[in-house]
Amino acid sequence: MMLLSVENLQVAVDAKPILHGLSLEIPAGEVHAVMGPNGAGKSTLSYALAGRPGYEVTDGAARLDGVDLLALEPNERAALGVFLSFQYPTEIPGVPALTFLRTALNAQHRARGEAEVSAPDFLRLVRARAAALKIYFDMLKRPLNVGFSGGEKKRMEILQMSVLSPRLAILDETDSGLDIDALRIVAEGVNALRSPSRSMLVITHYQRLLDHIRPDRVHVLAAGRIVASGGPDLALELERDGYDRYALKPLGAAA
Amino acid sequence: MAAVQQTIEHVAEVERYKHGFVSDIDQEFAPKGLSEDTVRFISAKKGEPAWMLDWRLEAYRRWLALEEPDWARVEFPRIDYQDSYYYAAPKETIGPASLDEVDPDLLAVYAKLGIPLKEQEVLAGVQGAPRYAVDAVFDSVSVVTTFKKELAEVGVIFCSMSEAIREHGELVRRYLGSVVPVSDNFFACLNSAVFSDGSFVYVPPGVRCPMELSTYFRINAAQSGQFERTLIIADKGAYVSYLEGCTAPMRDENQLHAAVVELVILDDAEIKYSTVQNWYPGDADGKGGIYNFVTKRADCRGDRAKVSWTQVETGSAITWKYPSCVLRGHGSSGEFYSIAITNNRQQADTGTKMIHLGADTRSRIISKGISAGRSSNTYRGLVSAHPKARNARNYTQCDSLLIGSCSGAHTTPYIEARNGSTRFEHEATTTRLSDDQLFYAMQRGLSQEEAVQLLVNGFVKDVLQELPMEFAVEAQKLVAISLEGSVG
Repeated sequence: MMLLSVENLQVAVDAKPILHGLSLEIPAGEVHAVMGPNGAGKSTLSYALAGRPGYEVTDGAARLDGVDLLALEPNERAALGVFLSFQYPTEIPGVPALTFLRTALNAQHRARGEAEVSAPDFLRLVRARAAALKIYFDMLKRPLNVGFSGGEKKRMEILQMSVLSPRLAILDETDSGLDIDALRIVAEGVNALRSPSRSMLVITHYQRLLDHIRPDRVHVLAAGRIVASGGPDLALELERDGYDRYALKPLGAAA
Repeated sequence: MAAVQQTIEHVAEVERYKHGFVSDIDQEFAPKGLSEDTVRFISAKKGEPAWMLDWRLEAYRRWLALEEPDWARVEFPRIDYQDSYYYAAPKETIGPASLDEVDPDLLAVYAKLGIPLKEQEVLAGVQGAPRYAVDAVFDSVSVVTTFKKELAEVGVIFCSMSEAIREHGELVRRYLGSVVPVSDNFFACLNSAVFSDGSFVYVPPGVRCPMELSTYFRINAAQSGQFERTLIIADKGAYVSYLEGCTAPMRDENQLHAAVVELVILDDAEIKYSTVQNWYPGDADGKGGIYNFVTKRADCRGDRAKVSWTQVETGSAITWKYPSCVLRGHGSSGEFYSIAITNNRQQADTGTKMIHLGADTRSRIISKGISAGRSSNTYRGLVSAHPKARNARNYTQCDSLLIGSCSGAHTTPYIEARNGSTRFEHEATTTRLSDDQLFYAMQRGLSQEEAVQLLVNGFVKDVLQELPMEFAVEAQKLVAISLEGSVG
C-alpha cells in the first residue's frame, strides 16, 4: 500500500520549470531518502508537496493515501498528515512555542473532526517529547525560533513533528547546520517516530544523516527528476563518487 | 502565558461586527442643531446648577471662534454641526436609577453586549471571578451604576457625571476643565458646551479602590453625537484601575463622538486607564462609522504620581486621539500602551504626548499599529522636556505591521528636549506580515485566518499584557475580528 504517490510532477517557480516530471512512491512505514546536488529541485519537491504559494504545479499528481494533495490548502494537507520540517524554520515573534504548537495541534484536530486536546494533556505530551529531544521546557515559553541556534531550531522542528504525529514527514535538509551531537539527537528523535503507519521523505545533500537515519530506499534527484533509485548502499556510492554522472546526463534533456 | 493560551481559544470564534444592532427604545431628543438654546436645553434636562450652565455657555461661545483642526492625516467631508442631535436619552431613565427602575429593554441591550450590570449576577459568578463596578452610558445619559454602595463604604465615589455635578458639585467644580481647559481644542471645546454624561470617580487619600471600575458607552440613536465627559481624581496615595468600552450600531451615516477624559493624580497616587474602543468602523467601502475625536489627558499633579493609558483601538471610521500625560510632580511617571488597528477604509491618527515638566520624571510609550485593507494608520507622538525637567527619561517603541499591499503606516514622532540632562530613546520598526510566516503556520495546520490572528497577537502581546486580564481576552478577540478577511 503506497502512502505517498507522486506521478510525473512538474513544478515551476516564477514561471521557471524546476521539476520536470518527478515520480516517486513511498509505501506506508518506509523511510525514503532523496539525495541530489544543489539546485536539483530538492526543496522545490518538499514545498510543492506542502503547498507553498509560488510553487506552481503545471502537471502531474501527488496523492497521500489516495487523496489528491494538490487540490488542498497547506493547512488541509497538514490536517491530512503532511508535515514539513523546514530547512530554515521561520521565526515567529511574540508567539511562544507552546502556544504555537497547541494552536496548530488543535487546528488539526478540529479539521479532522476530533476533540481538542486539553491543556493538561497537551502539557504532559509536550513535556515528555521535549525531554526526549533534550529541549528545556523553559525554551518552549520563548517565541518560536526567535534567537534559537540552528540546532535548537531543528530540534524544535522534530518536536513539532513528534507532537503533531504526521503520516508523512518530509525532512528538508534537516542535517544542515547541525554539529555532530545535535545531528545525533535529531536523528534519534526521527528514528523514534518511525512506525508502520508513518512514512518519511528525507531530503539531504550529504550521506552523513543517513548513517543515523537508515533509509529503506534512496533516490537520486538531479535536474528536476528522479534519475536513479536503489537501496541504502546507493547513498554510500554517491558519497564516494559524487553526483557528477547524474548531473551531467539529464541536464541537456531538461533545459 | 495562560492568558495567551486562553485567548487563542477565544480567537477562534471569529465573527463580524456583532454590536451593530439598533435597539428600539423610546427616546427623547434635544432639538436638532447647535445653539445656545441647545446648551441651555441640555443643562436644564440635567437639572444643573447655574455655574455649570455658565461654564457650558462660555465654552460654546469660545467654540464659535475655533476652527476644526486639519493637521491630522485623516480625510473626511466637512461636518455639518447643525445636522445632528446633541442630546438623546432613553425616556424612562432620566437621572440616576437603581437597577430595579431601569427599563428592562435597556438592560437587555447591555446583556446583549455581554456587560454584567446586575450585581447579583456578578456576585453569583464563578468563585474567584473578577468583580467590577459598571457605569453604563446609553447615548447621552448614564442609565445605571453598579456597586455604588460598596464603593461608598471605602469612600470611593463612582457615579455618572450628571449626578456628580448635582451631588459633588464642589469636587467637580474644582477639577473639571483643570486638565483639559475649555478651549484646549476644537472638539474638547465642543464637548465642554454640550457634554451630556460620562463617569465621575473620586478615590480619597490612601484608598486603593477595591475593584475595577468600568464604563460602557453605547451610541444608539440615529443622527446623534455622543459627547461624554469623564473625570477621575486619585487623591494622595490612592489607586484606581478604570476601563471603558464603546460600541455603536451599524449605520450608513457618520456619527460624531467627541469625548473628553481628564485624570488628576495627586502625590503617590496611581491611575490605570484602559480603553477597548470598538465603535462601528463603517462598512468595507468606508460607508458609515463613527468619527472618534477624543481628548484624553492625565495630569500627574503630585510628586511620584503615576498614570498609565492602555488603549486598544479597533473601531471607528476615523480615530483622532492622543491620550497624554502631563508629568508635573517630581518623580512622576506616565505610560502609554497602544494597539491601533485599521482595516478596510478606516483611518487612525493616534498617539500620545508626554510632557515632562518636573524633575526625575519618566515616561514610556509602546505603540503597535496594524494596517490592513486600504486603511491608513498614523502614530503621532510628542515627548518634550521643560528646562526644569532635569533627568527626564523617555523610552518610545513604535512598531507598525502592514498586512497586504494597499495599507499605509506612518510614524510622526516629535521630540523636544529643552535641557541637557534628559535621556530620550526612540525605536521604530515597520514590518509586513511575511508570506514565510503565514506558510509556516499553515503548514502546521492553521488556516490563513488563524495564522494571521496568531501572528498579530504575537505582535501586540506586549500591550495586551498591560490590560486587566479579563479584558485582555476580550481585546484579543476584537483584534481577530477587526482583521477578518484582511489577507488573501
